[in-house]
Amino acid sequence: MLGKGVVGGGGGTKAPKPSFVSYVRPEEIHANEKEVTEKEVTLHLLPGEQLLCEASTVLKYVQEDSCQRGIYGKLVCTDFKIAFLGDDESALDNDEAQFKNKVIGENDITLHCVDQIYGVFDEKKKPLFGQLKKYPEKLIIHCKDLRVFHFGLRYTKEEEVKRIVSGIIHHTQAPKLLKRLFLFSYAAAAQNNTATDPKNHTVMFDTLKDWCWELERTKGNVKYKAVSVNEGYKVCVRLPAYFVVPISLPEEDVLRFQGHGIPIWCWSCHNGCALLKMSALPKEQDDGSLQIQKSFLDGIYKTIHRPPYEIVKTEDLSTNFLSLQDIQTAYSKFKQLFLIDNSTEFWDTDIKWFSLLENSSWLDIIRRCLKKAIEIAECLEAQNMNVLLLEENASDLCCLISSLVQVMMDPHCRTRVGFQSLVQKEWIMGGHCFLDRCNHLRQSDKEEHQRQLSLPLTQSKSSPKRGFFREETDHLIKNLLGKRISKLINSSDELQDNFREFYDSWHSKPTDYHGLLLPHIEGPEIKVWAQRYLRWIPEAQILGGGRVATMSKLLEMMEEVERLQEKIEERHHSQGALPAEGPSLLRSSARLSSLFPFALLQRHSSKPVLPTSGWKALGDEDDLAKREDEFVDLGDV
Amino acid sequence: MLPRQPARGGGRRAVARGGAAAGGGPWRGRSGAREASSLATAVAPGPRVSSMASAPTSKYNSHSLENESIKRTSRDGVNWDLSEAVPRLPGETRITDKEVIYICPFNGPIKGRVYITNYRLYLRSLETDSALILDVPLGVISRIEKMGGATSRGENSYGLDITCKDMRNLRFALKQEGHSRRDMFEILTRYAFPLAHSLPIFAFLNEEKFNVDGWTVYNPVEEYRRQGLPNHHWRITFINKCYELCDTYPALLVVPYRASDDDLRRVATFRSRNRIPVLSWIHPENKTVIVRCSQPLVGMSGKRNKDDEKYLDVIRETNRQISKLTIYDARPNVNAVANKATGGGYESDDAYHNAELFFLDIHNIHVMRESLKKVKDIVYPNVEESHWLSSLESTHWLEHIKLVLTGAIQVADRVSSGKSSVLVHCSDGWDRTAQLTSLAMLMLDSFYRSIEGFEILVQKEWISFGHKFASRIGHGDKNHADADRSPIFLQFIDCVWQMSKQFPTAFEFNERFLITILDHLYSCRFGTFLYNCESAREKQKVTERTVSLWSLINSNKDKFKNPFYTKEINRVLYPVASMRHLELWVNYYIRWNPRIKQQQPNPVEQRYVELLALRDEYIQRLEELQLASSAKLPDPSTSPAGPSQMMPHVRTHF
Repeated sequence: MLGKGVVGGGGGTKAPKPSFVSYVRPEEIHANEKEVTEKEVTLHLLPGEQLLCEASTVLKYVQEDSCQRGIYGKLVCTDFKIAFLGDDESALDNDEAQFKNKVIGENDITLHCVDQIYGVFDEKKKPLFGQLKKYPEKLIIHCKDLRVFHFGLRYTKEEEVKRIVSGIIHHTQAPKLLKRLFLFSYAAAAQNNTATDPKNHTVMFDTLKDWCWELERTKGNVKYKAVSVNEGYKVCVRLPAYFVVPISLPEEDVLRFQGHGIPIWCWSCHNGCALLKMSALPKEQDDGSLQIQKSFLDGIYKTIHRPPYEIVKTEDLSTNFLSLQDIQTAYSKFKQLFLIDNSTEFWDTDIKWFSLLENSSWLDIIRRCLKKAIEIAECLEAQNMNVLLLEENASDLCCLISSLVQVMMDPHCRTRVGFQSLVQKEWIMGGHCFLDRCNHLRQSDKEEHQRQLSLPLTQSKSSPKRGFFREETDHLIKNLLGKRISKLINSSDELQDNFREFYDSWHSKPTDYHGLLLPHIEGPEIKVWAQRYLRWIPEAQILGGGRVATMSKLLEMMEEVERLQEKIEERHHSQGALPAEGPSLLRSSARLSSLFPFALLQRHSSKPVLPTSGWKALGDEDDLAKREDEFVDLGDV
Repeated sequence: MLPRQPARGGGRRAVARGGAAAGGGPWRGRSGAREASSLATAVAPGPRVSSMASAPTSKYNSHSLENESIKRTSRDGVNWDLSEAVPRLPGETRITDKEVIYICPFNGPIKGRVYITNYRLYLRSLETDSALILDVPLGVISRIEKMGGATSRGENSYGLDITCKDMRNLRFALKQEGHSRRDMFEILTRYAFPLAHSLPIFAFLNEEKFNVDGWTVYNPVEEYRRQGLPNHHWRITFINKCYELCDTYPALLVVPYRASDDDLRRVATFRSRNRIPVLSWIHPENKTVIVRCSQPLVGMSGKRNKDDEKYLDVIRETNRQISKLTIYDARPNVNAVANKATGGGYESDDAYHNAELFFLDIHNIHVMRESLKKVKDIVYPNVEESHWLSSLESTHWLEHIKLVLTGAIQVADRVSSGKSSVLVHCSDGWDRTAQLTSLAMLMLDSFYRSIEGFEILVQKEWISFGHKFASRIGHGDKNHADADRSPIFLQFIDCVWQMSKQFPTAFEFNERFLITILDHLYSCRFGTFLYNCESAREKQKVTERTVSLWSLINSNKDKFKNPFYTKEINRVLYPVASMRHLELWVNYYIRWNPRIKQQQPNPVEQRYVELLALRDEYIQRLEELQLASSAKLPDPSTSPAGPSQMMPHVRTHF
């Protein structure tokens, strides 16, 4: 289990008692602060985690109510996270404690989760980088998971401010060596916990056996074989040690261009058609090399075009689809819409919300990803064709499209374990460059490395609960992921017609949730994934409402049915006494907020949230607006 | 009523083929899973390719919600022709039928036969690969236009274009020869706009019988008694018994105990159309109230009325609070000022010392009408694709919804917190005021979130208090461009839907309930929404001569129930009036588009209903087991349950 280190006990370093003060100006808080009896607040450290710097008397603002409230505490920075100590977590009731993240507390920000740091100087917000000449009175941290933290430093000792601010900036912005990443010290210190139940664990795809198992599961083993030619990464470091290729492909071919130009198997459909991917051959200038490449590829295509292989349709994702830059640009704009500093900002942006969303293009990108995946599903399912995804390194859009296709077509991928295995297969073993795309090493500020590729995929997923994942995900795929289109700038008319027919006919039939699932991709159906993006915004929370209200009713009912089932069982085994009722998962479902289970502590008041910004001009309807209700104008047609 | 020979022959063949295509089902065939929740649904056939022809396309067929009430008027039995079978309500008579081309905006032209009765237009496809059915009450027709002239060329360019009040258009192409278009135009005009032809609205001809009487749902005395009225501070007055105080108010009003009937008469002179402040709702604990009225007649000169000022102060004092009375004027400030020019206005600080006035910035009926028109432009027939979000924003529809909800939240919060009593008005107090009071009451009082409670709310705040349904909807009236028309009630129902979306367990009714109400807002099948006010309804003896919509709903409540409903007393619901949560009501506004159609019911709901059934089954089985074992203990030989009943798979009813 996780180890617990305790810091903050020693002489003079005691943190102030968590003081929860409402509607009091910071000055007043400060005045009262010395009188309160101090109470020990502990910092929980993971095995191998080290405290780097700390500062006392930091005021963490509570986001609602225009930052008028705050809690005093200690801000610390370790080699894993930034943490604020001072919140009284005992306020959590049982239901809430159950859903608390056991590694990352409510006031913890892992270093890799920090997106942008701002300092407030004389009421002005400026981004902070590198060496500072002047230290801010307030620190604002925007997180990659869209949380926003405001830390007031006005009452913190000057040298502590310097230490903590420069510490945080250094540890979240300076380039890092791979071996310095926290997970290595954690792994060294923590005990190795291996999966306990082999039947129900994630397939890691790091052995030949795993691939064979997957081939067998999808009945792809008739035409495809797992190869170990890259064992020890002899051929190529990009490729996994084991992967799957067409049975008739000579293994030497893999060696020719270090795995480039080789059709690599992703998945087989029930009708035997397969989804394949291929990384492009290196770009060559001289005719001789091009000639060699051409004849190599001819050979490859001959192999996979011949029976038993189906006709292959090649889908070039590098040229015919979104660029990584498009995705990155859209996401940067999109995420800004959710990094809300205060209530005023929330309501100011509310009035133009839809155009802001549209300008980000994010939903449009989601829609195009889904559409592409549906097109490919159509080829596999309806046209009995193999599909070969082509991309420069076959490790970005290939991962995205291939895993989306599998989520739509393979119900196994919609179970919790199946989805985890899918991520492992397509993204981890598929060689997606997480280190670069997420810029974990902060090599440079060049945005081009950072791409939020896996996000479109995770729009389809949510937290698994008690083996309920299948139903829940099925539903989510229909309704969350199931929402994304723009200008269909694609291929031929014929393709469009096939796509339309396939899509329309699927949607006109009753859905089998354990079969093929196609998302809706019309404009009105593609909505913001509220539970991810709005979860930290107090203004957006619906008290006692939201989707969680129905989900928890469903869970309650499942439990009741299970209990009844048990009772009946016991009756049959004639064990007279009835079992005591088990604890319910969610007792107080009606009081949960729409942000459950994320923003647990933010539901203090039962006051309604009221928009503060006014009415936008109606434009051309102004003269109508001036008319009286009972004005009768029969001439208006 | 005898069908014409040639039509009958052709029709019979068509049905034989259509029947096969629809998997053997007659025109009523449909599968429950995808049953549309609409009264009249344009039926989308499967993609028109041969491979689809054998697929069971009948599941897209949905007709009127209430197949139970459909009677196939059997004639002499020999001439009975299936193809002539159109759903027929008791009292509904057939007028004509015609072969037409229905120009379906989603699937192109479809040859069909249209049947027109005095209640509906019914079209059935005559093509084998299409099971299309249209079932449209004539009441939804807003406008009928002829398209194309004698010189029109091109296929299907000559015919009729029918604009409906429920977000769709119907286009029929007709033959130029003969007078078929003229006939159809005249017949439709006559029966869709009966008022212009001195004909009765269909509701007066409808002879449907239901096992419950919806007219008894709302009894004002009972409803006020439920609220704990009368009490020491509020009394019921019959001053308006014959509508002599205010002809657009109900007969029975609740007013402050301390205000005499003479006071009320004097206050009436200072309120637009005599709509004096009267109680809508009282908080059961803190006794603050929601009071509704029309604007004061202040005018340009800034007239004052001591009686009105005193009356408002009496209202303020009823809950023994020292705080000021809060007045919410639903209008934008500028409009309220502008209304002074026509004699209206608002309560000024100088005149009303003990009141605080806020404007809620909700726009007038014309703005709302234009906004909805823009919504139709972007969703019908095709959904705007490339710029959906900005197009939606430019309609302002959701912005208006947001403002109405925000206003209602403020009213509810004021009252719920016990800060002060609230007086709500707009100009005449029958549009925005009704929206605000009824939505605030829905937030405050969980009773109104039940099926019957909601019916009472609509009956009370809208129908009895004189929302001008006849003018706003234009029942049976041909003047489609009448500036009095406006989708105010639809906007209210949309707000309710937004709330039910945000609180999916708080309402006893489902989406279908709301859509059914809206369908019959236009259909003219029921008397519920006819006329502008209670006095007019009484004059027309509506409750005696027509059927109530609530009869239909309450006699079949299960269909309209939300399985997730959890009854909670005293819980105030505050929806979040942010664009982040407001959505266009796709299942209503875009329901004619087969591509957009949502899953009905949604998978979570489906699953829940299954579990509910399973639970009931288990409970029953447990009871059986308990009975069996307890009977067995004293004397096994007399046990009514044989040993086989102990087996789990046996389900015997006792």
